[in-house]
Amino acid sequence: MSLLEIRNLHVQVGGHEILKGIDLTIDAGEVHSIMGPNGSGKSTLAQVLSRRESYEVTEGEILFDGKDLLAMKPEEAACEGVFMAFQYPVEIPGIGNAYFLRSALNAIRKYRGLDELDAVDFIPLFRERLKLLEMDEKLMNRSVNEGFSGGEKKRNEILQMAVLEPKLAILDETDSGLDIDALRIVAHGVNALRAPSRAMIVVTHYQRLLDYIVPDFVHVLVDGRIVRSGGPELALELESKGYGWIEDEARQVASASA
Amino acid sequence: MAVEAAQLESYLEDFTDFVKETANETPQWLRDLRDAAFARFCEVGFPTVRDEDWRFTNLSTLRRTPFRLARSNAPRFSVSDLAAWHMKGAAARLVFVDGRFAAQVSACDGVPQGVTVNGLHNEIERRASTIAEHLGRYLNTERDPFCALNTAFAEDGAYVHIDRGVVVEQPIHLLFISTSGTTPAVTYPRNLIVVEDEGQASIVEDYVSFGAETPAFSNAVTELVARGSATVAHIMIEREHMQSYNFSTLRIEQARSANVASHSLLLGGALVRNNVHPVLAGEGGECLINGLFIGSRHQHLDNYMLVEHVRPHCASRQFYNGVLDEQAHGVFHGRIIVHKDAQKTDAKQTNRNLLLADDAQIDTKPQLEIYADDVKCTHGATIGQIEENALFYLRSRGISEAEARRLLLEAFTGECLDRIKEEPVRDYVHAVVEQRLLTLAIAAPVALKSVREERESSWEEVE
Repeated sequence: MSLLEIRNLHVQVGGHEILKGIDLTIDAGEVHSIMGPNGSGKSTLAQVLSRRESYEVTEGEILFDGKDLLAMKPEEAACEGVFMAFQYPVEIPGIGNAYFLRSALNAIRKYRGLDELDAVDFIPLFRERLKLLEMDEKLMNRSVNEGFSGGEKKRNEILQMAVLEPKLAILDETDSGLDIDALRIVAHGVNALRAPSRAMIVVTHYQRLLDYIVPDFVHVLVDGRIVRSGGPELALELESKGYGWIEDEARQVASASA
Repeated sequence: MAVEAAQLESYLEDFTDFVKETANETPQWLRDLRDAAFARFCEVGFPTVRDEDWRFTNLSTLRRTPFRLARSNAPRFSVSDLAAWHMKGAAARLVFVDGRFAAQVSACDGVPQGVTVNGLHNEIERRASTIAEHLGRYLNTERDPFCALNTAFAEDGAYVHIDRGVVVEQPIHLLFISTSGTTPAVTYPRNLIVVEDEGQASIVEDYVSFGAETPAFSNAVTELVARGSATVAHIMIEREHMQSYNFSTLRIEQARSANVASHSLLLGGALVRNNVHPVLAGEGGECLINGLFIGSRHQHLDNYMLVEHVRPHCASRQFYNGVLDEQAHGVFHGRIIVHKDAQKTDAKQTNRNLLLADDAQIDTKPQLEIYADDVKCTHGATIGQIEENALFYLRSRGISEAEARRLLLEAFTGECLDRIKEEPVRDYVHAVVEQRLLTLAIAAPVALKSVREERESSWEEVE
């Protein structure tokens, strides 16, 4: 059984069809990259997988570990092992980072029938993960993402992933707005978390991130459909040729079948 | 007028009896003070919504309910009965049952030398000169009929006196218990707090109910005098049951360089009006007026601030956060008066509100009157809902919706609680607020919109 099976997924936002039939199967241990021009539906796919409620699924199904993902609330999906690193991490004044992360970890542990961790048990784990992301411990006593730089926010996302240890991690344009140093740190963190039991979906517009996080598969999303799939070399081809040719090709296919 | 007179009748009967009963034990000055106040109350009666200061608060149910002065047939408490309201680390605890000091369950002995804490009634003879000097001197009974009514029945409450230079680090806990009678009862706690030059103290006024939910009316007044360079924190907690009417006025008189923090937490009660009225009457004074109100069901919580800057170089800060669920109605009325000598005034006011339900309502009204020409005054108010993005972010990490809501509400309310510097008090109110929030989170609606109104204006120089 595959970890994630997406079958004929159609999604609307505000009455507008964004995803027009996505089929995608991902096995544990694999890293898939979803690339595509702006507005192609990449982020929509990420949001649907993390169960954002404002996205309406009109057709199709998603099985996660054999379970119906579309029947899950966001917190249930998270407890089952889905994690999305946000493109725009949210600032939450008044809730401490460390406190938030421990609450999240304990919510997941509780769901899985494990004992909750108190602060004493949590801190060593937390410190170790902080080191992986080269983050200052002081940031952890501050409110969630409040006053963080763009790079710090993205590192904080990967830190959360490192603590919560999901089965499926979705990185939604984690590279956007990062300078090369921050990108390296983030990529290093992500690579350290690659594991045979874990799958990742790396959503990105640019190929740059894929120099650091080398995917097993690359899928190109155009106008709500996966128009091409291949290995890492496909990303390089897109990098040198841009998205124009593949969009033209997709349009021709669409008109020929019409 | 005839209708009004009929509605005031129960108060008139009470007053006549009260005067008779207390005739022998009351000094002349206090009798005069009461008589004048009662005459004033009869003259004006209860305010209506036509009165600008009462525009958002309808008093018709209060007016119609025949409240009678609570009699001293209240149940006798033992210390263990009060365990639920025990504040750890308090320097003293004064318990008032239906407005009367209950010495047998109070603990006043732990206070340092130079500190007097007692029931006001017990001290009226012993401290005649100090009490006569302050009681009723600062309160404006002309403006507010509830202050007049309280003064007419002023008899008991807390008396707190801190001698010059004495520092009381632990809080003084004043616990006001209203018990349920068979008929609607009214009490008039009257507190006098005097902190002499360079003295320091923190005082907690804590209003709770005991027994069944029958209508009860608490009409309290506290006069707080902070002399030169005194530092005072005052914390008011209203958490009576949902049939309670709680009206309170905190009148603060601040001398030169005095520093006062007022924290109000309105959590319970059917109809609550909390007046905070500091007068910065000496140069260099600082005043923090911090508040949190959490309403649900049909609660009506009215916060009325009147900050008066009289002398130069004073700073005032007002921060009020409101959380309103179901059909609750909140009011924030923030008035700042900068008198003409109060140059270099620095006054700031912020009111933030979260509406958790479509039927919840907030009226927020800033009002600035500036008669000096070199001042800085700012005010801002926001009304919003729980941020959907923040909620989703928390949920996407495995935290349940109810828990995520609770965390966000805790953050919003924590902002106010964190301004309380005294640790035992902060811990105490944290627990109280946490309990209150647990009754809300589940009831919060699923559909959320992100409506936000923000207004911020400032005056650098206003004629």
